[in-house]
Amino acid sequence: MASNSSMSLQVEDSKNTGGVKARRVIAYIVLVAISILCLFWFYVLFINSTRSHAEMTAGFQAFPQFKDLRFIKQFITNFSNLMAGTLPIWNGLLNSFIIAGSCALLSTYFSTMTAYAIHAYEFKAKKAVFTFILMVMMIPTQVTALGFVNMIGKMGLMDTFIPLIVPSIAAPATFFYMKQYMDSTLPLAIVEAARIDGSGEVRTFNTIVLPMMKPAIAVQAIFTFVQNWNNYFTPALVIKTNNKKTLPILIAQLRSADWLKFDMGQVYVMIAFSIFPVIVVYLFLSKFIVQGIALGSVKG
Amino acid sequence: MSKTKKGNVVSYNKWGYIFLLPFIIVYVVFQLVPLFNTIWNSLFEYYEAGLNVVGPNFIWFENYKTLFATPDIWKYTANTMIMWIMGFIPQILVSLLLGSWFSDTRLRLKGQAFFKTVIYLPNLIMASAMSMLFFSLFSQSGPINSILMQMKILEEPFDFLYNTLSVRTLVAFMNFLMWFGNTTILLMAGMMGIDASLFEAAEVDGATPGQVFTRITLPLLRPILIYVMITSLIGGLQMFDVPQILTNGKGEPANTSTTLIMLLNRHLFSKNYGMGGALSVALFVLTGILSMIVYKFSNSEE
Amino acid sequence: MKKKLLSVLLSTAMVAALLVGCTSEEPVDGGNAPADGGEVSTEDGGAVVEEGKVLNIYCWNEEFKSRVTDHYPDYVEVDGTTGQIGDVTVMWNITPTTDNAYQNNLDSALKGQADAAADDKVDIFLVEADYAGKYVNVDYSMALSDLGITDADLANQYKYTQDVVTDVNGNLKGSSWQGCPGVLIYSRAVAEEVLGTQDPAEVQEYVKDWATFQETAATMKEAGYFMTSSANDTYRVYSNNVTSKWVEDGVVNIDENIMNWVADSKAMVDAGYTNTYDLWSEDWSKGFYPDGKVFCYFGPAWFVDFSMAADAEGSIANAGQWGACSGPQGFFWGGTWMCPATGTDNPTLVKDLILTMTANDDVLKEIVVDDNDFTNSKPVMDAMAADTSYSSKVLGGQNPLGMYCAGVETIDLSNLSDYDQGCNEEFQTAMKGYFEGTYATEEEAIAAFYAAIVIKYPDLTVPQ
Repeated sequence: MASNSSMSLQVEDSKNTGGVKARRVIAYIVLVAISILCLFWFYVLFINSTRSHAEMTAGFQAFPQFKDLRFIKQFITNFSNLMAGTLPIWNGLLNSFIIAGSCALLSTYFSTMTAYAIHAYEFKAKKAVFTFILMVMMIPTQVTALGFVNMIGKMGLMDTFIPLIVPSIAAPATFFYMKQYMDSTLPLAIVEAARIDGSGEVRTFNTIVLPMMKPAIAVQAIFTFVQNWNNYFTPALVIKTNNKKTLPILIAQLRSADWLKFDMGQVYVMIAFSIFPVIVVYLFLSKFIVQGIALGSVKG
Repeated sequence: MSKTKKGNVVSYNKWGYIFLLPFIIVYVVFQLVPLFNTIWNSLFEYYEAGLNVVGPNFIWFENYKTLFATPDIWKYTANTMIMWIMGFIPQILVSLLLGSWFSDTRLRLKGQAFFKTVIYLPNLIMASAMSMLFFSLFSQSGPINSILMQMKILEEPFDFLYNTLSVRTLVAFMNFLMWFGNTTILLMAGMMGIDASLFEAAEVDGATPGQVFTRITLPLLRPILIYVMITSLIGGLQMFDVPQILTNGKGEPANTSTTLIMLLNRHLFSKNYGMGGALSVALFVLTGILSMIVYKFSNSEE
Repeated sequence: MKKKLLSVLLSTAMVAALLVGCTSEEPVDGGNAPADGGEVSTEDGGAVVEEGKVLNIYCWNEEFKSRVTDHYPDYVEVDGTTGQIGDVTVMWNITPTTDNAYQNNLDSALKGQADAAADDKVDIFLVEADYAGKYVNVDYSMALSDLGITDADLANQYKYTQDVVTDVNGNLKGSSWQGCPGVLIYSRAVAEEVLGTQDPAEVQEYVKDWATFQETAATMKEAGYFMTSSANDTYRVYSNNVTSKWVEDGVVNIDENIMNWVADSKAMVDAGYTNTYDLWSEDWSKGFYPDGKVFCYFGPAWFVDFSMAADAEGSIANAGQWGACSGPQGFFWGGTWMCPATGTDNPTLVKDLILTMTANDDVLKEIVVDDNDFTNSKPVMDAMAADTSYSSKVLGGQNPLGMYCAGVETIDLSNLSDYDQGCNEEFQTAMKGYFEGTYATEEEAIAAFYAAIVIKYPDLTVPQ
């Protein structure tokens, strides 16, 4: 009986090593396939943004036209055509940057502050506030959009950046992440020590707590930035003036009417233009970002 | 002595309120007041007709009656859920598979950093840019049709953007593409958090990888799975950018890809505060119920 | 909410007051301007004192911008959305028409007009016939007479172009540089190959009425061509020949002739004679190139020159390979009217722009010659129709103006309603579902149209 079981264990083992090899091969094949699935679209985007409309109507070609660097020249042509058009894309880029950047700053700073309030102090409403924030975390912004638009209209803030930036101060999800992170990395003894040294509460927060939270702040800043950079619903309701529009709104306009006089070259260049900054930033920070998500999940 | 100390504690703790203030004020002004405003508006006949304003006339629950009397609301709810499920199932399956591979120490996969970078990439792309891209790629004179015809798979261009199944599949696929990387990394982190000795014990007992996965990994992952599911469900209810831009706001074909938020957007666009409000409230309630169900369901299994 | 209503009322009242102020001051104003010019700035003749430095123009595409760029003497282009006239900056505020976006944007701008800073005020906005009534019959638009433009200034214009922008009290509130009688535009190469002729008069015989049109479509199909790019191409031709309005007494009404379009189009789509692309979509426009295999499009003069990719190498228009004939029925399409906005801070410049662009025969002639548009001056157009030296390059040397001149006389705009834009758009969207078979029956598609229209226009009701 005993020998039997040890034998079967051995068989199992050798089968396992063989199995591991087979599974590894399958894993690689699947991973490569999935990577292709992810990247294929961007490759087509790249190819088509380097071709003229007439060339595209003749059918798709898998490779760029390397001859005479034609693909670069055509890309530049498409790009300058887009520039000459009425879509204020540099404004769009700048607007998106201002809004997303301000949101990232405000959101992380104040969410950390809110988390700190819950983490470091004992007060009556603490539990109630905490539960409340967790409850409202799930409310989609869209369901309050109507009242939101109504109200900013009354406040005279329509067609300004304020309603797109200031609300990020109250970001329940960011708060939650910060709170989790604080629970594991910010011992209250440090705060006590600072107090004994005579540091004021605000100073303690700014000079001691914030630096300790740097990794979490960086991760959330990136996420908030990307989220607002990509946001379409709210800006589309708030912004009216062309020069104040953000990139997603301009992209959506590509779908309407005779904007570009059917020059798909320009359409592809415009798409590339709006995703390029994010991709560049991502390639530099990817490791950091991937770790950041994992970090959130372990704590959460 | 002790008195001053106590006083100190109290004076410290008032800072808790002070630090909470910005969050609370902004939340109340930009979220809570609008929420109540939305609910309040839903009880009025109130809209702009061109350059004139009609209302507000208090009409109790007439807007809700109108909203639920039309079959459209149910159709759009179904559209939203169908497209969410079509995206979520492959998302969770692929994520579990990839997550288990990435976290499997015996597999020792090389180039993990590269693969993780690649699969997470679509998540950062603007949904609007992504759907504009897919719209261009899948149009009848677009490159996908061109490729399929070059490969002799198609005789003539297929209208991907005017076919219920293909539009829904495209929307679901984009959602899948944008979110499976994120889910994979979350699940992977969860799997790595599982005590390695459990796996070793299972191995000693002769469990197959499949058994290890279903008996150990899955049950222990449940909290994260639930979290992923709730957030994805609520995200799914908010589905807007992708179908909106892919179908130019029309929910083509014949409103079979119109989502609830697209309907809301139409009401908001024609400045119909009453109906828009009613729909918002319905969505609010639906979100609440769904999160509750998922939550309860997952807890009762214990 | 009460507050909101109140503020709307107040601002309306303010605008109204402003308007009344303007009207009563008119003679004084008329006398003032030259006096000012004489007294204050003798050496600086062009600049009129105390007018805004920014001219805001609201429009939905680049057509008018390109007209101004090419034909307004002092205009200098700065970039895609700004220009310069003297020391005044011209801001082009371009919002696409689709899904009411242009109107919604314009509405909110006009409502804020009273409170806006001088440089942000709307000075000129453009409208189309589909919804001109909505803006003409409110005080947000200004009567041309208040700017000092007289009927005599506009005497050469086609009457119908003025009817569209005349309010219920008989005030003329806008002016257009173009007339938009439409024609059938066919590919000469395809006509030659399939019909054996490319002569406009002979081709006309193959498309002279809808029955013949369908027969020709069958011939085209056999030869491997689509008759039209999309069923929506013929929509305007039917919808301009209706006998009732889209909206009667607040109730949506589908005219019989619109239903004829549905029946004919369904037959054509089912038979494979045409497709169901949205107008202005990339797929729809591929027939502008030979590879698109499309026989004909329908459109007015601006369409031929502005929209058919004449600049793009390899397009049929670029090669001058289109021809024009009058087609099964007369129709018109579009037309752009300039309306001065009440409260403008640049009245003199606005007046000059309107007079130069829409009432100066020299400029209007120049537009015809350079851009092949059909312009809003009867004498100019009649003269040029007879002028054998003029020909359209896109139309392969044909002079289509005679055809347009004949068409413009038949334009009947008595069945316009303020809701046409949305009704046309939603109706075509819903019917596409029927043509493609996503809606099994016509009734289902019409129900979908009704559902969509009450969302777009909450003030309308639909027949039960």
